[in-house]
Amino acid sequence: MLESLLFVVMGTIMIVCAGGVVFQKNPIYSAIFLIQTMVSLAVLYVLLHAQFIAVVQVMVYAGAVMVLFVFVIMLLNIDKIEEEMGKDRLVYQKVTAIFFGLLLFAVIGIVTLKSVLQGTKGEYTPEKISEIGNTQLVGKLLFTDYIFPFEIASILLFAATIGALILAKKGLKE
Amino acid sequence: MTIPLTWYLILSGSLFTIGAVGVLVRRNALVILMSIELMLNAVNLAFVTFSRQHESMDGQIFVFFIMTVAAAEAAVGLAIVVALFKNKSTINVDDINIMKW
Repeated sequence: MLESLLFVVMGTIMIVCAGGVVFQKNPIYSAIFLIQTMVSLAVLYVLLHAQFIAVVQVMVYAGAVMVLFVFVIMLLNIDKIEEEMGKDRLVYQKVTAIFFGLLLFAVIGIVTLKSVLQGTKGEYTPEKISEIGNTQLVGKLLFTDYIFPFEIASILLFAATIGALILAKKGLKE
Repeated sequence: MTIPLTWYLILSGSLFTIGAVGVLVRRNALVILMSIELMLNAVNLAFVTFSRQHESMDGQIFVFFIMTVAAAEAAVGLAIVVALFKNKSTINVDDINIMKW
C-alpha cells in the first residue's frame, strides 16, 4: 500500500519536474527541476530494490553532474543569452516535435502494455539480495564478471577529462 | 500489494518522450544537454526495472556504466558549450551554423 502510494507520488513529481525541465524559460530553473527529477528517480530505485544505484544516482547525478551544469549556467551569464524565444526560424518545429513526441509515447505505451514480461529468471531474488547486501553484490560482480568493462570505463573517464580540459583551454585563448 | 513492473516501464517511456521533445523543442544548448540527461535517466529506470523483473543484477551493473558515460558526456558537452560561448558569444543552437555547408 505504502509502496503504491510512494510510486504514484514520486512518479507524478518526476513527470511534472521533467516537464518543468523542458518548458521553463530560465535554464537555472530547468537545472533545479532536473535535480528534483533525479531525486524522485532515486526513490523509485529504492522501491525496485536497487539501493546502491539509488545512492549513486543522488551522489553522481544530483550531486556532481548537476553542480557542473549549474556552474556552467552561472559562468555563462544567462541573462544575455535568453533571447531564444524571439526569432523562430523553423516555424512549425515545436508543434511537429510535440506531435511526434506524443506518437512516440503512444508507441512505447502500446508495446509495453501488449508485451508479456517473461524470460528465464536469474538467481538474485529480492530475499537473496537483501541477505547478501545490494552493494556487496554490485561490487562482487563489478570486480569479477565485469572487470573488463570497468577498466574501459576508467579509460573513458580519463579521455573525457583530457578532452574537456583541451576544449576549455582552446576556448580561452581565442 | 506491489506495483506491476509495467507501470515503471510506462513511466520510463514518458520520461524518455519528454527528454526527446526537449531536445527537439529547445534552442538553448544547455537545456538540450539536460534533456539528454533526462533520456539517459529514463533508460536507467528501464534497466533497473528489467533487472528486478528477471531477478538478475546485470541491469544494475549496466546502469552503473551508463552513469559513467553520462558523466563523461556532460563534462565534454559542457566544455564544448563553454568553448562555443567564448568564440561566438551565443549558446543558441540556431545561431551556430558554421558547419552547415
